[in-house]
Amino acid sequence: MKRSIPLAITFLTGLFLVISFFVPHEPFGALEQRLLIWFSIVSGFTMLLGVDNLLRSHARKIGRQNAGWWHSVALLIGFVATVVLGVLGRIHHGSPFHMQSPFMFVYTYTIVPLQGTMFALLAFFIASASYRAFRARNTVATLLLVSAVIVMLGRVPIGAAISEFFPAAQEWIMDVPQLAAKRGIQIGAALGAVSMSLRIILGIERSYLS
Amino acid sequence: MRKLAATPNGRGSTSTRLASVHVAVIAVLGVLALTSGSALSNTGDRLIDGPDAVLLAPALLAEAGSVDRQEAAVVCPYDVVAADVPDDGGGALLVIWELGDAATTTDGSGEDTAGSTAISSFEILRFAPGEEPVVVGEAPVTDRRYVDDTAEAGVSYQYIVRALSSPNPGGGFTDSIASNSATATAQWFATSRLNSLLVMLFVCGAVMYYIARARTGSELYIRRIPGLEAVDDAVGRATEMGRPVLYVPGIETVSEISTLAALTILGHVAKKVAQHGTPLIVPTADPIVMTTAQEIVKQAYAETGQSDRYDPTSVSYLTYDQFGYTAGVDGIMVRERPEAVFLLGYFAAESLILAETGHEIGAIQISGTKETSQLPFFVAACDYTLIGEELFAASSYLSHEPVMLGSLKGQDFAKFWIVVLIVTAVVVGTVGYVITPDGSSAPARIFDAVKTWFAGG
Repeated sequence: MKRSIPLAITFLTGLFLVISFFVPHEPFGALEQRLLIWFSIVSGFTMLLGVDNLLRSHARKIGRQNAGWWHSVALLIGFVATVVLGVLGRIHHGSPFHMQSPFMFVYTYTIVPLQGTMFALLAFFIASASYRAFRARNTVATLLLVSAVIVMLGRVPIGAAISEFFPAAQEWIMDVPQLAAKRGIQIGAALGAVSMSLRIILGIERSYLS
Repeated sequence: MRKLAATPNGRGSTSTRLASVHVAVIAVLGVLALTSGSALSNTGDRLIDGPDAVLLAPALLAEAGSVDRQEAAVVCPYDVVAADVPDDGGGALLVIWELGDAATTTDGSGEDTAGSTAISSFEILRFAPGEEPVVVGEAPVTDRRYVDDTAEAGVSYQYIVRALSSPNPGGGFTDSIASNSATATAQWFATSRLNSLLVMLFVCGAVMYYIARARTGSELYIRRIPGLEAVDDAVGRATEMGRPVLYVPGIETVSEISTLAALTILGHVAKKVAQHGTPLIVPTADPIVMTTAQEIVKQAYAETGQSDRYDPTSVSYLTYDQFGYTAGVDGIMVRERPEAVFLLGYFAAESLILAETGHEIGAIQISGTKETSQLPFFVAACDYTLIGEELFAASSYLSHEPVMLGSLKGQDFAKFWIVVLIVTAVVVGTVGYVITPDGSSAPARIFDAVKTWFAGG
C-alpha cells in the first residue's frame, strides 16, 4: 500500500500528461499548466522543510561545538538579520523588494557581490582545467589541443589579423564536428530520458520512491 | 459589410473633442476630398482596401494646426483573414493581413525608404455580430499576423486591422475592411504532433518489447560503462581511507529528469555506503530533493540492516541560490575532505567550480549530466563522466535487474534505427542535391519531405 498509491498516482499523472501533449481539447489541454501550479504550491510549502532542516543542523553544530561552529553562528545571524530587514522593508516601504528597503540593500551590496565572486572563480578554474586537458599526452589530447588553439584564435581579432584561416577554421570546427557530436549526445540523452520516463510511469523504476 | 471609415480623428476621440469646430470642418472636408479622389477605393460606404490605399487626413489636420502630430500618409492593411488556431484547446483565433509595398519598413521604424509612409504599429479590433468593434491587442509594425487568445470558443468573430501612424494619441489611422467570420474551436488531436506520436510509439514500443523479452529470461548484452563500474571502487576507496563520500544531486528540483536519475543512483550508492559504514554527505539545493534523498538514504540503510547507523543530518538543505550552493558544497569539500565525490544530475555554470575543487582535494570523482555545455568541464576535471544517456541508464545498469536492462536494450534498438534513418537521409539528400542543385530531383524531394515532416510540418 505504501508503494501502490504513489505508483498509481505516478502512472495516472504520466499518462494524462502524455495525452495532454497530443489532445489539446479540454479537460486535457490545460492539464500540464494546472499541474505546474500544483507543483509550485507544493514546492512553496516544502521550502519550510528546507529552512527547518537548515536551522536545525546549524543549531546542532553550535550546540555540540563542532569544529568551525562559528560559521553556523554567522549563518544564523545572517538568516535572522535578513528576515528582520525584510519585515522592516515591508513596514516602512510597503515591500521588502522596494529599492530603498534595507532588504534590497543587503541583496544588492552583499548577495550580488558574493554571487559575482563565486562566478568569477570560474575563470581561474577554467585555466587550471584547460592546462590539464590540453596537455599533449597522446594523439587524442593533441587533436584537442590543436582544435582548442584554432577555436580560441579564431574567436578573437588577433586570430583574423594573423590569418583568415583561423576564423574560417573555428567556424567549421564549431559547426561541423562539434555540433555533430553535441547532437549525437542530445539524441542519446533524449532517448535515455524517454526510456527512463517510461520505466517510471510503468512502475519499473521505483528506487526514487525509497 | 461593417463601417470601416478612415477616420481622421487620431486614436480615439480625445483629439477631436479638443479640436475647434473650424478644424473639424476642415477635417471633414479633407475626408470628403479624399474619398472622392483616387487614393481610396471607395465602394460607396467608405471602405478602404487594397495595397495602394492611403489616408492623408492627418496631414490636413496637422496643417490646420489642430493637433500635434506628424504629417503622415498611412497605408491601409488589406486582405485581412481570420482563422481558427489549429491544434489548440479553443479560445484562440489567428488574424493575418497584408500591407501595401509602400509601407514595407527597412529599419522597423515604420518609415519606408521614400519616407512618405509612417506606420508605428497595428491595433487589432474584434467584434461579434451585433457588437461594436473593440481593441483586443496590438502588433508591431513588422508583424503581419496576430493571435487573439481571448476569443470565446464557439463565438463567431470578425476582425479589423487598424494601422496607426503614431503611437501617441492624436496620430492618424486607417482601418481595414472587416475580415471573414471565424470561430475558435478546440481540437481533439494536435495533428502537427503526429510525427512526435509516431516516434514516441516506435521508441516506447521498442522499450516495452525488450522489457517483455527480458521477462521471458532472454539474455541481453549491455555494453560496459566504466563510470558506473567505478562506483563501487570509489565507495571502497573512501572506506579504506576512512573519509566520507560526497554526493551532489545537482541544482534542479525533482521535475528535472536528470535529478530523478541522480536520486535513483543515490539509492545504490547509499546501500554501498551503509554496507561499508562510510559517512555519506548529501547537500541539496531544493527542499523536495532533500526530502526525497532523506527517504532514499534512510531506506537504503534499512534494507542493508544498518538502520541504527543512519545519520539524519547526512542529507541537508543548503540554499536554492546557485552560487550560494556552490560555495556551500565547496566549503564541505575543503573541510570534510571526502575521498569520493559524485556530481550527478543537472549542473550549469557551477559544474567546473565543483569539479575542480574536488580535483584539488584529491578525491576520486564520478560525474554525469545531460547538459552538453557542461560535459567538457566534467570530462576535463573528473575521473569518470557519465555522458548523457549513461546517466539515465545508470540505475538499470547498477540494479542488474533483467527488466530494467530490457529497457536499455529497447532504447539502444531505437537509437540504432534513428542512426540508420539519419545516415540514409544524409546519403539521399546529398545524392539528390548533387544531381540537381535546385532540389528538383526525386531523392532531393524525398529528403526535403522527410526533413520537413520531422521538423514539424
